[in-house]
Amino acid sequence: MSSKSINLTLKVWRQQGSKAPGRLETYKAENISTDASFLEMLDIVNERLILEGKEPIAFDHDCREGICGMCGSVVNGRPHGPEKETTLCQLHMRHFRDGDTVVIEPFRAKAIPVVKDLVVNRSALDQIIAAGGFISVNTGQAPEANSLPVPKDKADLAMDAAACIGCGACIAACPNASAMLFVSAKISQFALLPHGRPEAAKRALSMVAQMDAQGFGNCTNHQECEAECPKGISISNIARLNREFIKAALASAEELPVAAKKE
Amino acid sequence: MQLDAKIPGGPLETKWDRHRFDLKLVNPSNKRKFEIIVVGTGLAGGSASASLAELGYNVKTFCIQDSPRRAHSIAAQGGINAAKNYPNDSDSIWRLFYDTIKGGDFRAREANVYRLAQVSNLIIDHCVAQGIPFAREYGGLLANRSFGGAQVSRTFYARGQTGQQLLLGAYSSLMRQVAKGQVTMFPRREMLDLVLVDGQARGIVVRNLITGEIERHTAHAVVLATGGYANVFFLSTNGTGCNVTAAYRCYKKGAGFANPCYTQIHPTCIPVHGEYQSKLTLMSESLRNDGRVWVPKKAGDTRRPEDIPEGERDYYLERIYPSFGNLAPRDISSRAAKRMCDDGKGVGPTGRAVYLDFRDAIQRLGQPEIEARYGNLFQMYERIVAEDPYKTPMMIYPASHYAMGGLWVDYNLMSTIPGLFVLGEANFSDHGANRLGASALMQGLGDGYFVIPNTINGYLAGTKFAEVSESHDAFQESEAEVVAKVKRLLGIKGKRTATDFHRELGHILWEYCGMGRTDEGLAKARKLVADVRAEFWENLTVPGSAADLNQSLEYAGRVADFLEFADILILDALARRESCGAHFNEAFQTEEHEALRDDVNMSHVAVWEYAGEGKEPIFNKEPLNFEFVKLATRSYK
Ligand SMILES: Cc1cc2nc3c(=O)[nH]c(=O)nc-3n(C[C@H](O)[C@H](O)[C@H](O)COP(=O)(O)OP(=O)(O)OC[C@H]3O[C@@H](n4cnc5c(N)ncnc54)[C@H](O)[C@@H]3O)c2cc1C
Ligand code: SF4
Ligand code: FES
Repeated sequence: MSSKSINLTLKVWRQQGSKAPGRLETYKAENISTDASFLEMLDIVNERLILEGKEPIAFDHDCREGICGMCGSVVNGRPHGPEKETTLCQLHMRHFRDGDTVVIEPFRAKAIPVVKDLVVNRSALDQIIAAGGFISVNTGQAPEANSLPVPKDKADLAMDAAACIGCGACIAACPNASAMLFVSAKISQFALLPHGRPEAAKRALSMVAQMDAQGFGNCTNHQECEAECPKGISISNIARLNREFIKAALASAEELPVAAKKE
Repeated sequence: MQLDAKIPGGPLETKWDRHRFDLKLVNPSNKRKFEIIVVGTGLAGGSASASLAELGYNVKTFCIQDSPRRAHSIAAQGGINAAKNYPNDSDSIWRLFYDTIKGGDFRAREANVYRLAQVSNLIIDHCVAQGIPFAREYGGLLANRSFGGAQVSRTFYARGQTGQQLLLGAYSSLMRQVAKGQVTMFPRREMLDLVLVDGQARGIVVRNLITGEIERHTAHAVVLATGGYANVFFLSTNGTGCNVTAAYRCYKKGAGFANPCYTQIHPTCIPVHGEYQSKLTLMSESLRNDGRVWVPKKAGDTRRPEDIPEGERDYYLERIYPSFGNLAPRDISSRAAKRMCDDGKGVGPTGRAVYLDFRDAIQRLGQPEIEARYGNLFQMYERIVAEDPYKTPMMIYPASHYAMGGLWVDYNLMSTIPGLFVLGEANFSDHGANRLGASALMQGLGDGYFVIPNTINGYLAGTKFAEVSESHDAFQESEAEVVAKVKRLLGIKGKRTATDFHRELGHILWEYCGMGRTDEGLAKARKLVADVRAEFWENLTVPGSAADLNQSLEYAGRVADFLEFADILILDALARRESCGAHFNEAFQTEEHEALRDDVNMSHVAVWEYAGEGKEPIFNKEPLNFEFVKLATRSYK
């Protein structure tokens, strides 16, 4: 680890509340160790703002190790910043150069509105999961764990899809603000496992309907989502979702759910 | 304080069955007349919310994050134990029970731990049925690996993201109940007080973190699953939002706090590198399956690790603990690392680190196999440290990780306050003085899926409830207190930030109440913490207002509670006149520097009772009786 210090100019989106207008404000980030993480850099700036009697920049974070999906902003035009498959909390300042100007904005999409500064409301994603992102098993009903073998390759693919952290970067990256990558990851995880098959058709129909109801856009295959996803979720999951959806829409006796409601 | 653990009599193997038979039941159609509040959506709170709702109870669930899926459980990496004995390596419920009791240095209740081992297998069945993509063998059956403190392979895992997958399973079951209207979800709410009516827990007061509004919520019972307090050390492996606030406010309302001095310091974390550092990153213990821990034999050796010949390396865990080697339990491995560094053999820029070396494993198994096992952990390490662990050994050092201590609960998981149940890391129940790897996930899910859905019936069916509404005086009073505290924090307008105070508190605790404790150090720490606490209320600065999202305000409230809570942590360490598990008082050690227990005088749970502002807390104890295992010196040699 060889650390040095750099100075940066930040241009940060400040917005007092969901209805207030926002604007970019300029701050100096001085003497930042290149071993610090991006969020630690923001901590340092915030500490100084507090001591100057100003309101610090609001941003969401918790685990700070790339797994909770709480953090995330658009850095120089890219969700979670410039590094591939890296959440904002895992981005380190060694990837910036002394004197750089860094523009930091919230994830933007109609369905995930700004709450304050860099904090957004992603509850629409919870609504989509509530619509069908589960296997209907009550506690106590399960058969013995090894009674249903799962081919290792299927289990591995299911795990690849299940790695989604629900951060919303795919939505921010998409020109249509579509949540297809997120939805397809959950649908794929269950579609690949024998345990998830009984409800596969219903799940695909309800989750897609809920996604539309929440105001997310359509997927027109820009592939920006995959490029910006910090967990490397593959767009092959979207292809699988489309297959599941078509299969369900054609074959299922069930009608498209009309119950999807907007929260 | 009455401490009746309500442990059922009779043979260990049938205690739980008998207890469930003896508990009163709530008729299915009456369940919908009860409201239950669950605070927390980690493994414990998520699983409890889902299971209670499945039974037909009306559940109101709260968490501080924007979504229940982001509770700190999400960060657990390594795995979850169960006594399935799939590898046919002589595991059994009894062995899992015994390992856990021994791992806890014989400071946990036999009956609770046995029940935990019993439900462990049901947890795996349920999680598989939920669609959790556990690691599998080529034949399609579930894979296992070994973990610290065990000589059998009983850990189930989903790559390095076991906690994430288990939590998403609980979350999906929870969201299914939200869709059914059986759970009402309140995210971005922070519980700031417990409300008692006629001595029963009847609701909570929370702050809506977005609008700043103070809200009142009533219920027939409150289930607290708010996680652990490892962040009292400032730097820890826990998420930045983890706190002691909810548990501490319950303590102030009369809930006993058990064994606060049992704090686990995890041996394999990325070492500290700067003052600005906000958290420490765990490198899963599973790495010790294939990595070998060593330091140079010579103190002050500054050569690159690659340049130190085999004969000049000290693989100290393998040397001192030949039968467990690199898989020695956490408390023992952490202290050994500290001793090496204290002796000047530490490595890296600060000298507070040891090597975790994969060279031999890579030679034996090939890099692709190591990648398959630990790829994401290696990647995480390289991101943070900017060194390639496939080429050069990792540097690791112990860090604050887990709280064995927590609110006291009986066998039903009920605290000393009737109607307040405590689950998961927030309670003290199953891990004694030291927790073994892969057993917190097991406990959180065991508590939530399988214990509370049974035991809460007994309470609800056997209790008389008065009508209570949100306008009840007790709610008014609670709210007034909460509002006054928020005002006070905003009104100090001093010169230091909450982070600054928290960091100072962490330094004190790490220095005097960390891996090695002495009476003088602890006494000094008590005084130093009191000084910081006093300055906090004189010189804190919190910007902004109480009327919207104000993260500085939230954090300041949590630091205020940590500053008070630290006092009972230190008091408890002083009162425990022995070394056991993670609590190591240097006055009590063997010639070989191992913990020296005092089973005659110290075989008890220490339970602290709040006595009022500025008064010394009252010490109570629950004796621990060992009927089924023989107390032995814990040896991993
Ligand atoms: C990095 C790391 C790795 C780990 N790996 C493993 C492992 O491999 N195996 C293992 O067995 N254990 C592991 N553990 C331990 C284990 O993850 C935790 O002990 C366990 O997940 C705790 O679960 P919980 O449900 O009790 O609490 P948490 O998951 O911490 O959840 C707490 C919940 O309470 C809520 N909350 C907190 N305070 C309030 C408040 N005041 N008001 C409202 N809500 C509140 C939070 O929002 C959250 O929803 C690991 C821990 C860490 C830190
Ligand atoms: S698919 Fe990727 S970018 Fe989208 S929410 Fe999941 S992890 Fe984030
Ligand atoms: S803070 Fe958890 S993913 Fe970044």
